[in-house]
Amino acid sequence: MNQVKKEIRLEFDAISENEALARVVIAAFLTQLDPTLEELQDVKTAISEAVTNAIIHAYQEKGGRIVMSAALTGDELEVRIEDYGIGIENVQKAMEPLFTTSPETERAGMGFAFMEAFMDKLEVESTVGVGTKICMRKKFYPVRNWKNSQV
Amino acid sequence: MEEQLLKQTVDNPNFAIIENYLCIKMPREVDHHGAAAIRENADRLLLNDKVQNIVFDFEDTTFMDSSGIGIIIGRYKKISCFGGKVYAIHVDERIRKILRTSGMASIIDVLS
Repeated sequence: MNQVKKEIRLEFDAISENEALARVVIAAFLTQLDPTLEELQDVKTAISEAVTNAIIHAYQEKGGRIVMSAALTGDELEVRIEDYGIGIENVQKAMEPLFTTSPETERAGMGFAFMEAFMDKLEVESTVGVGTKICMRKKFYPVRNWKNSQV
Repeated sequence: MEEQLLKQTVDNPNFAIIENYLCIKMPREVDHHGAAAIRENADRLLLNDKVQNIVFDFEDTTFMDSSGIGIIIGRYKKISCFGGKVYAIHVDERIRKILRTSGMASIIDVLS
C-alpha cells in the first residue's frame, strides 16, 4: 500500500478559548484513522498541553499567533505546534517534571511530561526571542486493523 | 452569616458545602481556559471554617489536561496542612489515566 501523506495547517490566536478548538480539530483530522478512544484522548491531552504552554509561557497570556500543523502518513501522526513568543532558555530544564515558570497561577509543571507520556516521540526546538517549535509523533493501531486481522 | 453562606453555595450550582466537605462538580472539559474560575470559586468557599475536605466530582468530565492537576494540587496544599483529605469521585478510565500519570492518584483518594 502506498502511503500518501495527508496534511492540515491551522493558524489561530493564542487565547485560552482556542485550546478546545485545537483539540477538536486534531480529533476530527484523526477520525479517518478510526482511532481508539484512548488514543484520541492521549493526542488531545498532548495538544492541549502544547497549546497551553504557548499561550501561557511563550506569549505570557498577552496573545499572539500559534500555528498547528499535522500530517498523517499511514498510521503515524506528526503534529507541530509553533509559536513566535519569548522562547525557552533551557529546554532540558523546562522538560523536567514539575518545572514551572508560573507557580503563582498553579501550573503543575507537567506539560512536557504529559506530552512525553501520551505521545511516542517529542522534540522541542526553541530560540529565545524567536519562538518555540514542538514536534510530536504517535503511531496508531486503528480498530479496523485488528478487525481485519481477525477475519 | 448563615444567610450569606447559603448564598455563596447557591450562587454556583457546581459548588456546594455538604457537612465538612466542599463538593466541586468539575466541568465537561477541564483545561487552562476554565481553571482560574474553578480555583477562585473553590478558594472563596474554602474560607468557610466548616470545610475540611474536598471532593472533586468528575461525573460530567470527558477531558482533562494538566491544568486540572494544578487545580487539585493547589487545593490539596491548602487543606492537607490542616489534616483535610481530597477525593476524586466518578472517575472514569480517561481521568484515571491523567491522575495516575501525574502521580496524583497516590496523594488523593480516587473512586470510580
